[in-house]
Amino acid sequence: MSRHRRVLGVAGVFAATVALAGCGGASMLDPKGSEARHIAGAWWVMFGLAMFVYVVVAVFIVGAVLRGRRRRRPEGSGISDGAFVWVGGIIVPALILFVIAVVTVDTTAALRKPDRRALRVDVRGQDWWWEVRYPGTGIRTANELHLPVGRPIEVRLTSDNVIHSFWVPQIGGKVDVIPGQPNYFRFTIEKAGLYRGVCAEFCGVQHANMAFYVRAESPGLFDRWEAAHAQPPSEPADELAAQGALVFQRVACAGCHTVRGTQAVGTKGPDLTDVGSRHALAAGTLENSAASLRRWIADPQHYKPGALMPQVPLSGDDLTKIVAYLTSLK
Amino acid sequence: MSTALDPVGTVPRTISVAAPPPARHEGYGRGFWGVAILIATEGMLFLALVATYFFLRAASTSWPLGGIEPPEIGVRAWVFTALLLGSSVPIFWADAAVKQGDYRVVRVALTISSLMGAAFLVNTVLDFRDLTFGWDTNAYGSIYYVIVGLHATHVGAGLVISAVVQIKLWMGLIDAEHHTAVEVFSLYWHFVDAVWIVVFASVFISPHLR
Amino acid sequence: MATITRPEIVDDVLSDERLEEIWKDPPGFIGFLKTVDHKRIGIRYIYTAFVFFFASGLLALVMRLQLAGPNMGVLSPEAYNEFFTMHGTSMIFLFNTPVLAGFGNYLLPMQIGTRDMAFPRLNAFSYWVFVFAGIFLYASFLVGSPPNGGWFAYTPLTDRVYSAGQNLDFWGLAVVFIGISTTVGAVNFLVTTIKLRAPGMTLNRLPVFVWSMLVFSFMVVFSVPVVTTAAGLLELDRLFGTQFFVPALGGSTLLYQHLFWFWGHPEVYILFVPAQGMVSMIVPVFSRRALAGYVWVVASLVAIGFISFGVWVHHMFATGIPPLAISFFSAVGLVIAIPSGIQFFAWIATMWKGVVELTTPMLFALGFMLIFLLGGITGVMVSVLPFDWQVTDSYFVVAHFHYVLNGAVVFPIFGAVYYWMPKMIGRMLSERLGKASFWTMFVGFNLAFFPMHILGFLGMPRRVYTYQSGLGWDALNLLATIGAFVFAFGVLLSLVNFVWARWRGAPAPPNPWQADTLEWMTASPTPEYNFAQIPVVESRHPLWDQDPMPVSESGGDPETRALGREGAARKETPLTSGMRAEPAGAMTVPEPTYLPFVLALGIAVLVAGLLVQAVLIGVLGLVLGAVGLVRWTWRTAETP
Ligand code: HEA
Ligand code: HEA
Ligand code: HEC
Ligand code: CUA
Ligand SMILES: [Cu+2]
Repeated sequence: MSRHRRVLGVAGVFAATVALAGCGGASMLDPKGSEARHIAGAWWVMFGLAMFVYVVVAVFIVGAVLRGRRRRRPEGSGISDGAFVWVGGIIVPALILFVIAVVTVDTTAALRKPDRRALRVDVRGQDWWWEVRYPGTGIRTANELHLPVGRPIEVRLTSDNVIHSFWVPQIGGKVDVIPGQPNYFRFTIEKAGLYRGVCAEFCGVQHANMAFYVRAESPGLFDRWEAAHAQPPSEPADELAAQGALVFQRVACAGCHTVRGTQAVGTKGPDLTDVGSRHALAAGTLENSAASLRRWIADPQHYKPGALMPQVPLSGDDLTKIVAYLTSLK
Repeated sequence: MSTALDPVGTVPRTISVAAPPPARHEGYGRGFWGVAILIATEGMLFLALVATYFFLRAASTSWPLGGIEPPEIGVRAWVFTALLLGSSVPIFWADAAVKQGDYRVVRVALTISSLMGAAFLVNTVLDFRDLTFGWDTNAYGSIYYVIVGLHATHVGAGLVISAVVQIKLWMGLIDAEHHTAVEVFSLYWHFVDAVWIVVFASVFISPHLR
Repeated sequence: MATITRPEIVDDVLSDERLEEIWKDPPGFIGFLKTVDHKRIGIRYIYTAFVFFFASGLLALVMRLQLAGPNMGVLSPEAYNEFFTMHGTSMIFLFNTPVLAGFGNYLLPMQIGTRDMAFPRLNAFSYWVFVFAGIFLYASFLVGSPPNGGWFAYTPLTDRVYSAGQNLDFWGLAVVFIGISTTVGAVNFLVTTIKLRAPGMTLNRLPVFVWSMLVFSFMVVFSVPVVTTAAGLLELDRLFGTQFFVPALGGSTLLYQHLFWFWGHPEVYILFVPAQGMVSMIVPVFSRRALAGYVWVVASLVAIGFISFGVWVHHMFATGIPPLAISFFSAVGLVIAIPSGIQFFAWIATMWKGVVELTTPMLFALGFMLIFLLGGITGVMVSVLPFDWQVTDSYFVVAHFHYVLNGAVVFPIFGAVYYWMPKMIGRMLSERLGKASFWTMFVGFNLAFFPMHILGFLGMPRRVYTYQSGLGWDALNLLATIGAFVFAFGVLLSLVNFVWARWRGAPAPPNPWQADTLEWMTASPTPEYNFAQIPVVESRHPLWDQDPMPVSESGGDPETRALGREGAARKETPLTSGMRAEPAGAMTVPEPTYLPFVLALGIAVLVAGLLVQAVLIGVLGLVLGAVGLVRWTWRTAETP
C-alpha cells in the first residue's frame, strides 16, 4: 500500500538526514568539542527512540486505517480501547520519557561546569560583530577566537546593546549574550581546526551576517600566538603599508578602529590589530583577501547593508595604501 | 463505500416532547458569570504586574532603586487603606437590600461606599504629587506608577459604574428581577478592594521588609 | 423523557418561515454591520482569518524565494525582517486564533443545542475588534513601517533606542488590541457553555470540540492578560519613557521574555487544543464508531491546558538561567507528551475497530496525525535541555513549530473546512479536488519543512535574510522553497474548490456525513434560529442513539417557554442550570445593532491615536467607546 511505502519513505529520509548531517561541513553531529560531543551522544539515543516511536505509532495508524477499510460494520478486536490508551498512550511513553529524562539529567550534569584553571576569554556582542579580549594579556581582536585544544575554556559573554547568542555548532550549544547579565560558556575543544560560529539571536538588520570563527590550536601554538600578540604589532616594514598607516590615521578610520600601539584607538568598530590574519572580514561577510578588503572599505554598505560602518570617501590611491597597511597587520 | 463521493445525507427524524421540567432557580445569571470571568482576567493582569514588581526587585541589588525611599506607611496610609476596604461593607448591605427590594438602602449604601472610595482616590492622587520620582526615573518608578496608577484607575472606574447604577436605580430600571447591575458592581468593587490588599502588601509594605 | 406528545400541526404564526422572518437580519450592508447572529459572525471570522492566512502565507512564499539560494536579492534585509515578523505575528494572531474562534462561534452553540451565544453583541464586538486590529496591523505596510522585531519582539532590540520608527508600536498596540477580542470571545464561550446547554446536555455528553473550546477559553483567560502586560509595558517604555526593560536603569530584558512566554507557550496549545478537538470529531464519524476513551481524551485536553502553564521557560533555555532551575521546566515539557500520546491511541483505537472511510476531512485528520507525530517528537527533543542549547533559534526549531503549527493546526483546520463547510454554506465541496488538494499539501508540506531539521543540524540560524554558499545549506533550502510552493498550490486547490462549491456545489443535505452531533440536525445551511425546538439530549451521540430525536415543546411557564417554537418566536433561547442542564428561564437574543461596531471603532480610533501620539484622536476614540458602552449597558438593563 502507498501508506506503507510512505512510512518507509519517511524512515529513509530520516536515515539520509543523518548520513548527510553526520558528514556535512559544520554539523553539530560532527562534534569537535566536549559539549557538542555529549549532546550528539544524547541525540543518537533520542533519535533511536524517536524512530521507534514514529515507526510504531505510524504503523498503528496505517494499520488501523487498513483494518477499518476492509469492514462494513464496526467490530471488536483482541485489543480493548483501554489497552490502547493505557499501553500506547501512557505506559510505553512514560518509560521512554523516563529514559529521556535520565539522558537529559546525565548530559546536563556533565556540561558547563566551572573550572578554576579555565582560560578566560571575554566576548562582547556588538552590532553586528564580536569583540574578543583575553583578560590579563591586553590582546583584543574581533570575530575570531584563538583557543587551545584540550584546556578548559570559559567564555564570558556580555553585551551593552541588544541580545545576541553565541553558537559554534561543532563545539557546543548556544549561550545568549544579554545586556545587564554576563553569561558564561564553559567547554573544552577536542580537536584542532577552524570552526564557524554564528549569532543565533535575532539582533537587527544584519543579524544574518554576524558570524565568527574559532581557531583551535594545540596548546603550544596557542601559547606562542598569545605571547606574540600580547605585544603591539611592529611598525609596517613595507613602504606602501607605512603610508597606509598614515592615511588610516588621517581619515575617519582611526576614530572608530583601534590598532594597538598606534594612535588609532576608536572603539565603535572592530579592533584591527590583527585583521590581516583573520579568516574572514566583517563578521563572516567576506573572505579575507586584499581584494575583498578593498571592496569592503570602498563600500561597506553594499556588502552589509545597514552595518554601522559608513562609506569613507577615499581616493583609489589612499585605498590601496590602507589595504596594504591592513593586510600587513597579522 | 460510495458515501465518500456522493454523500446521501439523512434528515434526522424528530418528535416533539413536553418541555423538560424546570430546575429550581439556583446559581448565578450569565451576566454575573461573564463579569466574574472578565474580573479573573483583570486579576491575571495585576498578578503579572506584581510578579513584575518582585522580578525587578530580585534582579536588583538595592530596592527601591537609585536611593528612592520606600513608600511611607504612616497613619495616613493605614487610614485610607481602612477606608477603601471599609467601603466594601456598605456594598454588602446594598447586595442584601436589593434582593429585598429596599432600594432606598441600596442608594444610601452605594453613596457611602462611593464617598469612601472617592476619598481614597483623592488621597492617592495627592500621594502621587508628593513623589520624588517619576515613572521614567528607573524601573522602580515605572512599576510603582503602573501598579498604583492602574489600581487607582480601577477605583475611578468603580466610582463611575457606581454612579451608573445609581442612575439606573433612580430611573427605576432595577427591580427584584433585574438587579444584575448591582450584583456585578458589588463583585467588581470587592475585587478592587482585594487587589488593594495585594498592592498595599507588595508595593507599600514589602520594601520595608528585607 | 416524560410524555411524548404527537407532533402537532403547528400554528401558522410559528411556522419555520415565520420564525425565519423574526430572526432575519436587515438586508444588505446594514445587516452586515448590525448582525449579532453567531453563525454569520462565525463564518465571517473564518473568512477573514483565511484572508490573513493567504496574506501571511504569501509573505512566507516571498521569504522562501529570498532563501531559495545563497545571496539572493529578492528582499532587502529590512524587508525580510518585516516579512518574517508579519508572517509569524499574523499567522498566530490574525489567522490561527481567530479561525478557531470562528469555528467555535459557529459550532459551539449548535453543538450544545442553543440558538445563539450567551452574549451575542459581545460576540459581534469581538469580531469587529479582530478585524480592526488586523487592518491596523497591516496598515503598517501602507505607511512603510511594518513591525520588524520578530513575532516575540524581544527587548532591548524593540526599545526606542534600537527601533526608533513606528514599526514596533504597530506590533505592541495590535497585540494589546487583539487581546481584547480574544479575551471577550473566551468569556463568551465559557458562559455559553455554562448557561446555555440544551436540556440533558450534561458535561460528559459535551462533544469533544466543545470541551476543547472550553480549554481554549480557560487558557485564554489566564494567559492573554499576561501578554497584554508584556506588550503594554513595552509600549509604555516606548511611548512614555518608562524603564521596565532598560537594563541600565534597573529594568530587565529577561522579564520581558518571562512575561511573553508565560502567554506564548499556552498560546501554542490554545491553537492546538481546538485542532485536536476537531480531529476527535472527525475521526469517529468516519470510523462509524464512538470515540474510544472519550473520558481520557477530555482529561488529556484539560491536562494539556493546565500543564501548558508550567513550561514557558523552555523557550528561554539558552538565556543562562541556572541549569538546576531549568531542569524543572525540562521535565514538565516531557510530561506534556503523555496527554498527546493518549489522544493518539484513542484515535487509533477508534479506527482499529471502526469502518474507516477516507473522505477528505478524514484524510486531513490522518495527515495531521502523521505530521504531528513528528512535530511532537521533535518537541520532546527540544525540551531536552542540552539538546535545545544546540538547536534553539536554528532551523530545527523552525521545522518543529511548522510541523506543529502548520501541520498539526492547519491540517485539522482544512479538515474542518471540508467537514463543516457543507453545513455553513449549504453546498458540498468536491471530494476529488479535496483529495488532490490534500495530497499536494501533504507532499509539499514535508518537502518544505522536513529539510529544515537538517538545516538546523548544519548550523543555520533562524531569521537570517541570507546565507553564504559553501555551508551545505543551498540544496536543502531550495528543496524547502519548492516544497513551500507545492504546498501553496495545494492550498490554492482548496480555495478553488471552495469558490466553486460556494456557487456551484451540490446542495448539502442536513447530515451529509451521518454524524452524531446536534449541528447536523438542522437544515444546511442552518436557519437563523438554529433550532425551532430545542433538542432534548439523552446521549453523547444524540443523532446516532436517539432516533427519533426528541425536541421540546414550549412549556406553559416562563421557565420552559423558550424551549419550543413559542420561545423561538420571541427570539428567546433557554437558559439551563446545573450539571444536567435543566431549564431555568430564558434569555432574549438581542436585535441587530450597531453598538458592537461603534464600540470597536472607538477602540480602534483610540489605538490609532496612541500610535501617532495624538491626544485629540485618542480622546475622540475614548468618547466614542464610552458612548457605545453606556448605550450598550443600558440596553442590557431593559432586556436582561
Ligand atoms: C501547535 C503548536 C505547538 C505544539 C502542539 C507544540 C508541542 C510541543 N512543543 Fe513546541 N513550539 C511551538 C508550537 C507548538 N509546540 C512554537 C510555535 C514554538 C517556537 C516559538 C518560537 O520560538 O518562535 C515551539 C517551540 C518549542 C520549544 C522551544 C524551542 C526553542 O525555541 O529552543 C520547546 C522546548 O521544549 C517545545 C516543546 C514542545 C513539546 C514538548 C511539545 C509537546 O506538546 C508534543 C507532544 C506530542 C508528542 C510527543 C507526539 C504524540 C505522543 C506520542 C505518540 C506518545 C509517545 C511519544 C513519546 C514517548 C516521545 N516547543
Ligand atoms: C500558523 C502558523 C504558521 C503557518 C501556517 C506558517 C506557514 C508557513 N511558514 Fe511560517 N512561521 C510561523 C508560523 C506559521 N508559518 C511563525 C510563528 C514563524 C516565526 C516568525 C519569527 O521568527 O518571528 C514562522 C517563520 C517562518 C520561517 C522562518 C523565517 C526565519 O526565521 O527567517 C519560514 C521560512 O521558511 C517560514 C515559512 C513558512 C511557509 C513556507 C509556510 C507555508 O505554509 C505558507 C503556505 C502559503 C500559503 C498559505 C499562501 C497560499 C496562497 C495562495 C495559494 C494564493 C492565494 C492568494 C490569494 C487569493 C490572495 N515561516
Ligand atoms: C563610524 C565608524 C567607522 C568608521 C569611520 C570606519 N569603520 Fe570600519 N568598521 C566599523 C564597524 C562598526 C565595523 C563592523 C561592521 C560589521 O561587521 O558589522 C567595521 C568593520 C571594519 C573592518 C572589518 C573588520 C573585521 O574584523 O572583519 C575593516 C577592515 C574596517 N572596518 C576598516 C575601516 C577602514 C579602513 C576605515 C576608514 C577608511 C573604517 N573602517 C572606517 C566602523 C567604522
Ligand atoms: Cu547578533 Cu544576531
Ligand atoms: Cu513552548
